Formats: sequence, structure tokens, C-alpha cells
Amino acid sequence: MDRETALAMPGERRKHTTSRFATTRPPRLELAPAPRWHRLIEWALRLLAASAVLAIALILIFIAKEAAPLLYSGAIRHEVTLAKMWFSQLWPGYDEAASIWQPVSEIPKFGLWPLIVGTVKVTIVSMAVAVPLGVGSALYVSQYARPRTREIVKPLIELLAGIPSVVLGFFALIVMASWFQNVLGLESRLNAIVSGVALSFAVIPVIFTLSEEAFRAVPRSYVEASTALGAARWQTVLRVLLPAASPGIAAGVALGLGRAIGETMIVLMASGNAAIVSGNFADSVRTISATIAAELSEVVFGEAHYTVLFFLGTLLFLATFFINTVGDWTIRRMKAKLGGAS
Amino acid sequence: MSTNAGPAPKDAERRRNKTSAQRVFVRTVSNRLGDATMAISSGLATALVLAILAVILFDIVRSGSSHLSIAFLTQAPREGMTAGGIFPAIVGMVEMVFLMTLAGVPVGVATAIYLHEYAPAQSRLTRLIRIAVANLAGVPSIVFGLFGLGFFVQFLGAGIDKMFFGGQKVYGQPALLWAALTMAVLTLPVVIVATEEALRAVPRELREASLALGATKLQTVIHVVVPQASAGILTGMILAVSRGAGEVAPILFTGAAYFLPHLPKGLSSQFMTPSYHVYVLATQSPDVDATKPILYTTVLVLVALTFVLNIAAVVVRARVRRQNSFGH
Repeated sequence: MDRETALAMPGERRKHTTSRFATTRPPRLELAPAPRWHRLIEWALRLLAASAVLAIALILIFIAKEAAPLLYSGAIRHEVTLAKMWFSQLWPGYDEAASIWQPVSEIPKFGLWPLIVGTVKVTIVSMAVAVPLGVGSALYVSQYARPRTREIVKPLIELLAGIPSVVLGFFALIVMASWFQNVLGLESRLNAIVSGVALSFAVIPVIFTLSEEAFRAVPRSYVEASTALGAARWQTVLRVLLPAASPGIAAGVALGLGRAIGETMIVLMASGNAAIVSGNFADSVRTISATIAAELSEVVFGEAHYTVLFFLGTLLFLATFFINTVGDWTIRRMKAKLGGAS
Repeated sequence: MSTNAGPAPKDAERRRNKTSAQRVFVRTVSNRLGDATMAISSGLATALVLAILAVILFDIVRSGSSHLSIAFLTQAPREGMTAGGIFPAIVGMVEMVFLMTLAGVPVGVATAIYLHEYAPAQSRLTRLIRIAVANLAGVPSIVFGLFGLGFFVQFLGAGIDKMFFGGQKVYGQPALLWAALTMAVLTLPVVIVATEEALRAVPRELREASLALGATKLQTVIHVVVPQASAGILTGMILAVSRGAGEVAPILFTGAAYFLPHLPKGLSSQFMTPSYHVYVLATQSPDVDATKPILYTTVLVLVALTFVLNIAAVVVRARVRRQNSFGH
């Protein structure tokens, strides 16, 4: 990577290689002796650095801790159990078993499926919009745009990432909802389509940034080789550039997916928050994140409803943790593969 | 050259006999078509993304600017938030963001310094820290809200109350301090990533020169590396502030207030902030049309603030990159 230097850098572990041609060894240099207290500072730095690990651990511990009574507290298990949340129940007054989310009715019902279906629907809409737009604009900016255009377009798209999600939610609620209702003739003003599209505005920059980086990281020699073999530009893009950039694009899509599932304010404001199980994207939906945001301020600490909301938070944490880890792992594996091929 | 001499050849033969000029022509046309489709569709995607940004900004500026004035920035809300300004929200945001920076930036910078200057690249701790930072960036903001409530308010806050205030509720409830600390954890990855990028850009020769002159590793870091990276660290700080000013979900349960007749009195009091104000005005107002001008103007202030911060970050970063390209 760098030029060989006589002095090992901090943290660098040197392999001692002896070359046949080396007649003299580089001089051994000793670092200036450091006072004792420098070691102390080094340890302090290490401790502070470990705080990121501590933060992740504390987050999981303290959310799971509040959700744990679901498993052992008799008073709470009287009202709600894991089985009652995951499986449809035959509630009094209903003809058949159903998964229903009505936490504040006379008989509190904590069926999770309406929330899961809602989250999935909004996520599908947002990814369906964000993936083509994000990857497409990344392709344009990295391959087709002139350098000057790129220098203007790229910061502008990154500026989109700077818009607070509450502003996107506000825009979806006040402006977009009416447009969509008029154009598509939808029954309910706030629904999975409006909130999904608004959500995609937050996801597009994530996918764009990582995809653009991935496209630009493809070695020039790949493109040149493909062109030299007589491939047209579009063939080069489809068969060489896209596959080579796919780890980065996959990373962008994974991060975008995590963002879409966890994003709160946009869906809280623009999804209509009706907990319905339906396949219709024009219906109002209620997502997991929006449910936590909307209901936590109204619950009594330590009660069943409170516990269930923390359980939802734990689910959300684990889901995004899983997606991020898998995404991270895929990138590293594919990068290793690609690195070995070139 | 031509195939019309002699008896008419069979179909397959005719295809075989197609001249190379014809073949080149067909290929050229299909390649042109392919190239055009590719360029136009990706160009359209870009145009659409830019159009989205333009429409959002246009709508906000058009509807928000008419109400914007000095008075709006310096007055408290009046008449059920249908009149007056957002002064308390601005003060609340500044205080929250200040505390957040104070708590989060040193930790983030220290982490980056450890990771880049001290940590052995392949050690288990280093890898663990990197995985933690990457995952911390991906944790949903509402989960940070739950964490802030569960850890800071219910655990630390209630603990402090029990120890120092005889069980009286002082810190065991949503407060400015807890919201700022929650936000500090949330923005930690932003600071770490930006700082590490800045450290990576410091030329190796500078470190070597310093070490060769007899400086210790710590002296090198403090007197050579960090000053060189200070602009990059500043970028991280600006981005963190911009993020902190815009997020709502983490402070929903940890300190943000719907409306306060007074400014925050101390670390344990609640506060108003423009981002939460937007949410409240847009969703909880009994008369949406009456609050709309105020709502739009608040949005404009919030967006203008985050944009100024983001552009500042871009400018600082560009300057750093240019500086470094000279160094090599």
C-alpha cells in the first residue's frame, strides 16, 4: 500500500521479510521513551472507543429488560402472552379467529400481524420506488454525467438526505396525500402508497451514495477490456459494470431496507395508522415503529401495553441488526471474491 | 456483394449470405437503441430525484416565506399556537444540541483516534468496535427513543433521584439532559466516521517526521495528527448537529415538550424544539388551517437550518480533500 518505511507505524505489525538482495538491514529505530501516563491516556482512549460496543449492548439490554416481564410476570401474562400476540385469537364478538391490534379497548388485543403487514407493505412501496431511482441515478451520475454535472448533482441528492424525516412526513401529510388522492382516486387520504413513496425519499440518498461509490470503484480496466472485446456501452454496463458493482449496490439496498423498516416520523404522519390486515396498498396502515411512537406516551409504565411496546422495539432492533449484519457480511464476502479475481 | 444473381437462394442461405455491412448496420442500430435506453432511463431517474427535491423545497419556501420575520424567530407561540413565533423552540434546540455535542463529540473523536492511530487492525476488540459502530448507525431512531426512556430516564434518572433527592421526581422524568444524551449516542457514528476519514487523510510522512524528531506517539497525535484533521472533525460535528436538530423520534419520550410557557430552566426541565414542533402542529392541532402558516414557516426554518449546516459540512470537507490532494 504505502512505501516501505523504516519505522513501524503505531498499531502496525511488521512481518520480517528478508530479501535475497538486501545487503543491509534498515536501521532499527526506537521511539522516544514515553512517560508512564501516556499509557494511561492510551487506555482511556481504548475505554472510550469501547463505548460504542457498550452503547449497542446497553440498547439491547434496556429495551429487552422492559419487554421481559412478558415472559415471567403473572399479572402481564394474564393479559397478553407471546402466543396471543403471534397467533390469531377468537375474540368475544368475532365470528372467527383473527389477529387484531386494539391495545386500549375493553379487552386489550395485541395481535402483531396487522402491524407486521403494515410495515411490510410500506417497506415494499418505498423500496420499489427507491431502488430503481437510487441505482439509476447512481449509474447516471457515475457513468453518463459530465464531471461538472456530477459535481452539482451529487451534493444535491445528498442534500435530500439532509431533509429531516419529520419534514418529509409533513410534506406527505399536507401536500402529497391530496395529490395522490386526486390523481389515483384513492378512498383514504393517508395510506401505504403515500407513506411508502414519502419514505422512499429518505431511502433514495442511502442507496444512491453507496451505489455511486460502488460504480466508481469498478476498475477502469474492466470497462476497457469489455470495450476492447467489442461490447457496446450498454452491454458493458449491464454485463460488466453492474455485476462488478453489485456488492456495493447490495450494501446500499440493505442499508436502505433497514432505514425503511425503522423510519418512524414519515409513516407516523402519513400512513393513516389504521391497524388493518389487507393486501390493498390503498388502505391505511399502521407500522411497528409508528405504533411505538404513537402509543408509548399514553401508557402506564410497567403495564402490559408498555411491555408489549418495548417488545415491538426489541423486534425492530433485532430485525435491523440482522439486516445490517447480513448486508455487511455479504459486502465483505463479495469484496474478497472480487479482490481475488482481479 | 449482392445476392440477386442466380436462382433465389433458400431462406437459411439468404441469412447466411447477409453481407457484413448489413450485419454491422443491424448491430449498430440495436446498440444505439440500447445505449440510448440506458442513458435516457438513468438520466430520467436522476431528473426525477432532483425534481422531488425541487418540488419539496419550492413548496416549503413558497408557503413558508410569507410568514417569516424577525418576530417569528423571537416571539413565543400565542393563541393556541396559531400566532406568535417559535423562539422557545429555537432556544430549546440550541441547548439540546449544545449538550449533545459536549457529550458525544469527545467520545466519538476519541473512538476514531483509538481506531485509527492505536488499535491493531486485526485485533478482536477493533473488529468488535467497527461492527458496533456500523450497527449503531443502523439502529432505528425510535429504538433510540425507547433506549433513552428505559436507560436514561427510568434507570439513571430514577437512580439519581433515589440517591440525591430522596425519591422526589427530578431527573426520573423526560428532561433536556436525557434527550441530549440520547441524541449524543445516536450521532456517535456520524462523528466517528467523519473523524476517521479525516485521520486517514493525514499524510503518513507527518507522523513519521514527528516521531523521528523524538516526539512520543501521544505527542504526535495531539500536536500533529489532530490539528491536521481538525477540519474533518469539524465536518463530523456539523453533520451531527444537523442530524440532532432534525430528529424527532429519539426525543419523543425523553424530553421534548408539546408546549411550554417558559424557557427550559435547567438540565432536568423539558424543552421545545422546531422538529417536534412541526410534528405537533401537523398532527395534533385542532384547527389545521389556522396553524398552517406557522407550520410552514417552522418547516422552512428547520430545513434552512439543516441545509446551511449540511452545505457547510460539504464545503469544509471539500477544502480538506483539496488540501490533502496537494500533500500527495
